[in-house]
Amino acid sequence: MTDTLTDTSGDTGPEPAYPIDRSPRCPFSPPAGLRELQSTAPLRKVQLWDGSGAWLVTRYEELRALAQDPRISSDILRPGYPHVGVGSLERARRQTLFISMDDPAHARLRRLVTAPFAVKRIQAMRPEIQRLVDELIDTMLAGPCPANLVREFALPLPSLVICRLLGVPYADHAFFQRNSAALLNRNSADQATEAQRVLMDYLDQLVGEKLARPADDLLSALATGQVAAGLLERRELTAIAILLLVAGHETTANMISLGTLALLRHPDQLDALRATDDPARVAAAVEELLRHLTIVQSGLRRVALEDIEIGDRVIRAGEAVILAIDAANHDAAVFSEPDRLDLGRDARHHVAFGYGVHQCLGQQLARVELQVVYSTLYRRVPTLRLAADPTELPYKHDSIVYGVHELPVAW
Amino acid sequence: MRVTLHQDKCVASGQCVLAAQDVFDQRDEDGVAVLLDDNPPAEAHDDVRHAAAVCPALAITLAES
Repeated sequence: MTDTLTDTSGDTGPEPAYPIDRSPRCPFSPPAGLRELQSTAPLRKVQLWDGSGAWLVTRYEELRALAQDPRISSDILRPGYPHVGVGSLERARRQTLFISMDDPAHARLRRLVTAPFAVKRIQAMRPEIQRLVDELIDTMLAGPCPANLVREFALPLPSLVICRLLGVPYADHAFFQRNSAALLNRNSADQATEAQRVLMDYLDQLVGEKLARPADDLLSALATGQVAAGLLERRELTAIAILLLVAGHETTANMISLGTLALLRHPDQLDALRATDDPARVAAAVEELLRHLTIVQSGLRRVALEDIEIGDRVIRAGEAVILAIDAANHDAAVFSEPDRLDLGRDARHHVAFGYGVHQCLGQQLARVELQVVYSTLYRRVPTLRLAADPTELPYKHDSIVYGVHELPVAW
Repeated sequence: MRVTLHQDKCVASGQCVLAAQDVFDQRDEDGVAVLLDDNPPAEAHDDVRHAAAVCPALAITLAES
């Protein structure tokens, strides 16, 4: 392995620390420090929380090339892998998720759960999602004003949807919402490890119940089909269940609340969205908000299997690589005036769901949920407004997924 | 235009179906993409090029005639 401090980079000065927090004054754009790195070098060595180094990839073209390069590994157990925080390796040893594996193990597990997330299957859920959105809005409007949009609307919707799809009892929502959030905290090893342990216990017990009393849901189908046939181990199904449950919660919820905040701060864009009933324009608006906000803020983490030349740089075998999708989605070479929220632009080639074979499994579900929310909430609540100082909101700087912990709104 | 779909590479992201639903579909059993038309009409070409560009697994290749 090359010495990470002397130089394949060609850049001068000490390695900047990564990740870099966003500014509360500019909560919708990647951190200014990240933009500086993007403008100085497509590949730049950065220093992680544990003092280790990683190549940070901030430009769109290089990021897409590396994300689908077979010489790049997603294996979280491989030496050199850049862990997101203390405790990450320990959690991975207890339970490896298919997002942290390479093919063929990754492909085998992923293909077991792809069918329910296909475009037409998800489209068929639209009326049900619309009904849930309308009910949640009714409930919020009937309650006290101002309200916390995260608790009353943004978090319940994706929770209800993923619970129905998986077959997880929504009555337990307070428990797994709390633990999903804790699992994504990158700073607290104890908190995240404990959250993993209780979620594993809970879902293992649930898988047992599905085996005994199957229902019409994904966990029942996998338990009575693949597990019963010996094609999938029960602990593998538990891992799949945790991944889908956690991923189904935090990401879409943050897109709803942070997206609403962004639209309230850009009233011209909100007016345009409210005025249209064209599904194609709503879909385009969702893609632009996904690009603009790019809530996955700790990058896609990889490790090089072989030496990889990029321009005049060489990533050596065994070195860590972080693909900064938030920076790439604001690469001015690909998206003109990237910091401008423009719901009319074609942003469909963004990388907010990642890129390569690990690209988000639930992306079509997220799209439909966001399309229904963004085309319903602001029309049904036309007077919706922020009930707090936006610079003082509790932003999620400490999480792998960016957003706001609370969003006070009035109407 | 001649379209080739490499099903063994497909990760069922559904991006091709969103981009060009008359040309691509997904298998019911596992979401793997299915090619409906390997020689799509000219008016679909831009959408098919977009489908190939956004496929995260590079499973779609095009031969432009």
